[in-house]
Amino acid sequence: MWEYTKKVKEFFLHPKNVGEVENPDAVGEVGSMICGDALKLTLKIDKETGKIMDAKFQTFGCASAIASSSVLTELIKGKTVDEAMKISNQDIADYLGGLPREKMHCSVMGREALEAAIVNYRGEKELPEAEEKIICKCFEVSEEKIRRVARENHLTTVEEITNYTKAGGGCGSCIPDIEAILKDIWYIKAVPEMPRPPKKLTNLQKIALIQDIIEKEIRPRLQADGGDLELIDVDGNRVVVSLRAMCVACPMGGVTIEGIQEKLRELVSEDIVVEAE
Amino acid sequence: MNPIYLDNNATTAVAPEVREEMLPYLGELYGNPSSMHTFGGQLYRKIEEARAKVAKLIGAEPEEVIFTSCGTESDNTAIMSAIESYPHKRHFVTTRVEHPAVLNFGKHLARKGYRVTFLPVDTLGRLDMDAFIKAIDDDTAVVSVMYANNETGVIFPIREMGEILKERNILFHTDAVQAGGKIPINVKELPVDMLSLSGHKLHAPKGVGVLYVRKGTRFYPYIIGGHQERGRRAGTENVASLIAMGKACELAGKNLLREEEYVRKLRDKLETALLQCCQDARVNGDTEHRLPNTTNISFEYVEGEAILLRLDEYNICASSGSACTSGSLEPSHVLRTMGVPFTAIHGSIRFSLSRYNNEAEIDRVIEILPLIIKELRTISPFARQKIVRPK
Repeated sequence: MWEYTKKVKEFFLHPKNVGEVENPDAVGEVGSMICGDALKLTLKIDKETGKIMDAKFQTFGCASAIASSSVLTELIKGKTVDEAMKISNQDIADYLGGLPREKMHCSVMGREALEAAIVNYRGEKELPEAEEKIICKCFEVSEEKIRRVARENHLTTVEEITNYTKAGGGCGSCIPDIEAILKDIWYIKAVPEMPRPPKKLTNLQKIALIQDIIEKEIRPRLQADGGDLELIDVDGNRVVVSLRAMCVACPMGGVTIEGIQEKLRELVSEDIVVEAE
Repeated sequence: MNPIYLDNNATTAVAPEVREEMLPYLGELYGNPSSMHTFGGQLYRKIEEARAKVAKLIGAEPEEVIFTSCGTESDNTAIMSAIESYPHKRHFVTTRVEHPAVLNFGKHLARKGYRVTFLPVDTLGRLDMDAFIKAIDDDTAVVSVMYANNETGVIFPIREMGEILKERNILFHTDAVQAGGKIPINVKELPVDMLSLSGHKLHAPKGVGVLYVRKGTRFYPYIIGGHQERGRRAGTENVASLIAMGKACELAGKNLLREEEYVRKLRDKLETALLQCCQDARVNGDTEHRLPNTTNISFEYVEGEAILLRLDEYNICASSGSACTSGSLEPSHVLRTMGVPFTAIHGSIRFSLSRYNNEAEIDRVIEILPLIIKELRTISPFARQKIVRPK
């Protein structure tokens, strides 16, 4: 049984703004009956002011999907289109007093329907489907969506991605792809740029730099996932580290070492080899 | 207010007579049946009485009954025993619609390098007998097929399969957790070597199961330790629950045919009325060969969790094969294997009755549920609905 808040129950049992507005100025449809949830959002928008005068929804889905959709309509009514675009899936979840982790995808669906409706209102072309790279075939989740939701919600694990997008929750064959995307987002690109070191480092400078990177960049990220790491030794190009806490038992240990090596190669020297003690 | 409990395939109420029977063993009679002193040793006889009662329900000899901790342990033990007893045989046969206790054990064996065949079923959830006959060979260590499916109630042709397997000298286990106590089972006439039961599915408490092992069947224990259960299942006996299991089996056996008829009538009334009152509803599974207490109905255009939570507002308990209720995002593996359209799986509701249900409760569900479906369909973007009011 899910732990739903009072607010979720209230919006599920007595949803507001059910139905379709007449002659809508914007229609956003996301999801499908096959995937288990779908939402159709219709809006009445004042062309002069850009204000959303009315919003209605129809949802096929579980209690939290219905509640999220209803809250979305409440949140956007009276706002301008630009203001509405600032509403995130987290805002929807917050309004409901939180959603169970596994149900966060319901709030994401709300946000997506809003985007689709506004794209439709502005007459922008939707991204043709052929250009989207589908990662999760079971739930038809594109790479773009995974990246966007991961960034917006600071998601770092596959489990979180599944909770927010459903990707990886079916046959599971795309899990390595999702891992690769997450690694790409959080371990390499999103790292704040450090100045490139001078070409030739003294041994002492090199050790200090490695220590610095491990302390300031790598450990905080591992600690965020319940892990940790200690620098044991630097011998020429060999960097010996020891994984601590959650990292020890983590099946991703090998990936972690690889990530650290990549980082050090990028910032210190091309020929660094990282080894676990 | 007591709930209207229509989720008896999930678990059942402990029968008052059963609770009464087990209470002394949670109180003053706390001894260990293996002890030499009378205080503990007297319990041994009580356990043997319980064993005889269980045996009687399924037509077995008492020494063919092994007490375990749950249905899952019985299933795991049966399969592992066969695998250990015939180490040169590397093939296991089961179905795609088993309970996870067997299904995931099969996947575990596959990972260990065994050849595992998962037999398909047709759209009514009936086993493909041709596929079954083709699947078995001299390398097959054991076949495990459920007696009746927990989600649809569909009953498998266990006798037919058993006869084929007996001829081929292949061990046969059936998970009868859902069938036990609901329909007559007699292992004297049923060619199975092993059979699992679970206490809490037949009005005993949770935490007790049974594995029947036919005399002469090679057996290898799964839990290794002391001499309990004649060395076939180690671990100090869960005395109170074992005695409860005996009482529950005695009660089930006493009224089996009468209760089967009673429950079937209620189930049929519920099913007929719901199909009549809700458009675009369908029954999942073979209604010809089905447990008397189970009906699995799909309501198109609406989602199961939403239905269950609305029912919950009226204190009505059922379950669903929808993805949202499982926590796994994937809807029921049983209904998917049967080829039930996803749209219908998401809106599937299982009602499972027991002897403790009554007609007033069924009438209440018939009154409430069509209104819930109607309301949820107004919210759904897919619905094209027309609801007939119940008479």
